[in-house]
Amino acid sequence: MKLTVTDVRKSFGATEVLRGASLTVGEGDLAAVLGPSGCGKTTLLRIVAGFEGLDAGSVRIGDREVAGLPPEKRRVGIVPQEAALFPHLSVARNVGFGLPRGAAGRAARIEECLELVGLAGYGERMPHQISGGQQQRVALARALAPRPGVVLLDEPFNALDRSLRVSVRDEVRAALKRAGATAVLVTHDQEEALSMADTVAVMREGRIVQEGTPAAVYAAPRDLGVATFVGEAVVLAASGGGNGGGGGGGGGTVSCELGSLPRRSGGGSGPGRVALRPEQFVLGAPGEGAGGVVERVEFFGHDAAVTVALESGTVIRARTRGDVPHRPGDRVGVTVEGPVLFFAG
Amino acid sequence: MTIRRIPAGLLAPAGVTAALALLPVGYLLVRAGEGGAGGVAATLLRARTAELALRSLGLAAAVTVLCTAIGISLAWLVVRSDLPGRRVFGVLAALPLAVPSYVAAYTWVAATDIEGFAGSVLVLTLCSYPYVYLPVAAALSRMDPAAEEVALSLGRSRFGVVLRQLRPSAAAGALLVAMYVLAEFGAVAIMRFDVFTTQIYTSYRAGFNRTPAAVLGLLLVLVTLVVVAAESRTRGRAAYAMRGAPARRPPAVRLGGAARAAATAWCAALAGLAVGFPLASICYWLADGSSAGVDAAALAEAVAATLGVAAAGALLTTALAVPVGVVAARYRGRTAAFLEQSTYVGHSLPGIVMALSLVFFAVRYVPAVYQRWPLLVVAYAVLFMPAAVGAVRASVLQSPPVLEEVARSLGRTPLRALREVTLPLALPGVLAGAALVFLTAMKELPATLLLRPTGMDTLATELWTETGSGAYGAAAPYAALLMLLAAVPGFVLGRRSLEEAS
Repeated sequence: MKLTVTDVRKSFGATEVLRGASLTVGEGDLAAVLGPSGCGKTTLLRIVAGFEGLDAGSVRIGDREVAGLPPEKRRVGIVPQEAALFPHLSVARNVGFGLPRGAAGRAARIEECLELVGLAGYGERMPHQISGGQQQRVALARALAPRPGVVLLDEPFNALDRSLRVSVRDEVRAALKRAGATAVLVTHDQEEALSMADTVAVMREGRIVQEGTPAAVYAAPRDLGVATFVGEAVVLAASGGGNGGGGGGGGGTVSCELGSLPRRSGGGSGPGRVALRPEQFVLGAPGEGAGGVVERVEFFGHDAAVTVALESGTVIRARTRGDVPHRPGDRVGVTVEGPVLFFAG
Repeated sequence: MTIRRIPAGLLAPAGVTAALALLPVGYLLVRAGEGGAGGVAATLLRARTAELALRSLGLAAAVTVLCTAIGISLAWLVVRSDLPGRRVFGVLAALPLAVPSYVAAYTWVAATDIEGFAGSVLVLTLCSYPYVYLPVAAALSRMDPAAEEVALSLGRSRFGVVLRQLRPSAAAGALLVAMYVLAEFGAVAIMRFDVFTTQIYTSYRAGFNRTPAAVLGLLLVLVTLVVVAAESRTRGRAAYAMRGAPARRPPAVRLGGAARAAATAWCAALAGLAVGFPLASICYWLADGSSAGVDAAALAEAVAATLGVAAAGALLTTALAVPVGVVAARYRGRTAAFLEQSTYVGHSLPGIVMALSLVFFAVRYVPAVYQRWPLLVVAYAVLFMPAAVGAVRASVLQSPPVLEEVARSLGRTPLRALREVTLPLALPGVLAGAALVFLTAMKELPATLLLRPTGMDTLATELWTETGSGAYGAAAPYAALLMLLAAVPGFVLGRRSLEEAS
């Protein structure tokens, strides 16, 4: 079902944690709420679930206002950090916890949900007998079993080690999609948000500052804060000329120490700062563009991150194809490809 | 967690528990008040009252001073010196804690002529010094040796620095000793030394006018409360002082030849008096008593009665403790704090005073339960509530609140989430608390003496009666059984801490 959070406010004592947060998640969508720790994203999640009351605002699931309801009446599934399976119950009884006892088709639904998360046949195990990633998937099956209106996932991959995280992430996304569930994922990991979610909502200081598809938010952040939080960026002082408000991809030019660069629309004009994405840098022979010296190369196989100290003293980090050889100490010329993000002020 | 409202289904039973816990003190106030200002003043201003106060306080002071000296010296020798056999002495030094003081008193009057003030001081000191020894030993083993070394390097003695650092833990232990001595009934009664508690018992047994007993009881509560308040203040500071372990263990202090011999003799003498003597005395009278013929039927009856009331007491105590323990673990705010603290009254209320108040209350309002076992079971519940609430609270805290939240999101009301998730997970800890209450209730003397049904005897009251009439041989089997019971929790707890350490 569709989730609509409107202008929610919440204070703990004198601390205002949510200052009018609004969020819309379409039916069947997976939305990521992305923000640094302390931005209020977990509080927002707990308010949607009903574990905290709100001071003002509304939370609607489908057409139903749930703000005044206790958690048990909201039909909201939750997948907490570290799974939080009931340790005294088997996997099957964990999954069946939210299904009415004695209901017809209960056993079938449990099996169906376990299958949904790829754990068919694990029902008789106890939680401590399965791995961390499997526990996380059981927690998802448990949340999905009663067919909730919305599923909330609270940084569910934090406790997993890196190698496991990517695969569990994929499995969780696939299971949510197969179930057709509307889901909200809270995370501070921008890579997780961008790779998993249908929409990303960037949260800062108690407000959602930007919502959109991952590609849109990455390509057109509304301010420098969002630009640097959603994806890596090198920020340089710059001066924006020409037309700041023009439509389309062309927004005039901006001048900075790397020369005069084409800019995206928006961001105003005058003195300000430019944000350059690592993949926009092109490393060529010395003499092309700004000169610099390679300081460090991190090789990832498919690509590499090359840190270059420019002659001006600025240090940039560029993403290059893995097969282009660079070594520390090499002299290179740095140019910028594609329109850049400029923010006046 | 934020402040949430306590659900009515939890608040109501917790309120019942709190009311029950507060009933004895509350009713004592009412009862003393009924005597009118004149009656209260008459009791308070009697020369006898002042004398009793002096005796009680004098006994508490003497025992506390001796316990402090013994506790600190033993702790230092066991933890910090190279005393031979210090591990064994360390274990022996904690053992007297398990011996009920009236059993110890019996072993002394049965074998020697000692009695009165000297006898009370002797027995209570030997039973209570672990209250000082244990915290001081813990503080010593955590103490950073650096401060001592600095003192030595500056040409000062190490003892000044050590004593200063030990003050919080020693003071906390000493106040605990004072509290127990003030509340003590059995041992002083057996030693025929008249103090507040024994006088309360006598005036209750004697009188139609019960105002004096109530007033004396309140006065004792008042004195105890002052000590409790002081104790909880130093406890807070002691915990602060002992936070964190030092980076290294201090080296053992080498004892010279003469000091070594003297220290060994001191430790051995204490262990002999506190543990060896009672055991020997019981063994002697057991042998003597069995030749005289033990009444096996009476013994079996007492065992059955003891097990029965103690089990009922443990059951009721735990049932009452669960709602309060859950509230204490999961909720904050004034109501939650009040509910939890009200159950700690039992901790500061001498058993004899509590029993007295329940007798008054029952005689007037519920005569049907007077001298019936339910009243005794209620008394156990009030007396041992602090231990049970503590056990419930600790084990509920170990079950993460997020599990309750998940259960709520899956359609459970707060109470059902507690019942289906938190309580099953907390059950082992709750049961351990119940077992502790069971074992403690089996050894209880003063409340049992006042509240037991006519004709029913427990191990403790049998020992009391036989000792009172000088039948030491007949009392021996009861003393032996009580010692055995006392050893059980010590043994279990000791094994558990060994398992945790390994």
